[in-house]
Amino acid sequence: MVATLRPDAWDLPLFVHVAGAMLLVGALVVVVATMGAALRRGDGADVLTGLAFRTLLLGVLPSFIVMRLGAEWIASKEDVPDDVDWISLGYSISDGGLVLTVIAAVVAWRATRRGAAGPGGMGRAVFVLAAVLIVAYAVAIWAMTAKPG
Amino acid sequence: MSLYEWLLVLHVLAAFLLVSGLVAYGVLLLGGGGDAASRALGPPALALWNVGGLGVLVFGVWLALEVDGYELWDGWIIAAVVLWLVASAAGGRLGAGVREGESVQRIDSARVLLLVMSLATVALLLDMIFKPGV
Repeated sequence: MVATLRPDAWDLPLFVHVAGAMLLVGALVVVVATMGAALRRGDGADVLTGLAFRTLLLGVLPSFIVMRLGAEWIASKEDVPDDVDWISLGYSISDGGLVLTVIAAVVAWRATRRGAAGPGGMGRAVFVLAAVLIVAYAVAIWAMTAKPG
Repeated sequence: MSLYEWLLVLHVLAAFLLVSGLVAYGVLLLGGGGDAASRALGPPALALWNVGGLGVLVFGVWLALEVDGYELWDGWIIAAVVLWLVASAAGGRLGAGVREGESVQRIDSARVLLLVMSLATVALLLDMIFKPGV
């Protein structure tokens, strides 16, 4: 395999896109870990539920915006048609991911209002939504890297 | 998928694991969750940071050997290894605390260690994307 070089002008947008995506996935992992722990144990469940909510609001959503702005920026530089498989897959996962993230944030906020009673079913919903998002973004990482099609 | 594509995907996935560990350490230290957060986030932070760190190094070196045009003694690759060592040394101290059941928040200079890990990781990402000297 011979090394291929991209134009220097693509480097900064790519950095913004990848850095945002890494923070996005990292924040989702924190949501899964904290909400999973809140569901398992009664002690500190309210603290962990609040932490999961704050991570969704102050970690996942802002890093999604950075990731998406970087995606639009690098797409405008590369001038790749939107109907290429790996690009369309990335946009689909990103658009669907935003909807699921907003739903998860609203449900997590509701879960925080249960206080010491623990997050209950709403906490389980947030846990599942965040886990689904991580799997979806893993597929997106594969598509962005291997560029099928 | 070719071997090159497999190696690249695994290298990038490992980098995501590494940053996930870093974010978990960051929330643990700065998120204000106390002992509950320490118990919930300490073990996954340690595992993600260690597995991700090992993965980026192994698959990164393998990629450098596989791709014509890259050599292990290229300046940007040597810089990456040095940055990896710096990040690992700082992360190793936090990781030792987690393994011993110590609260990470109570480790001396934990925030300084987190800052060193963060700066080294950002510099690593910049180095990987900008590839200075190539």
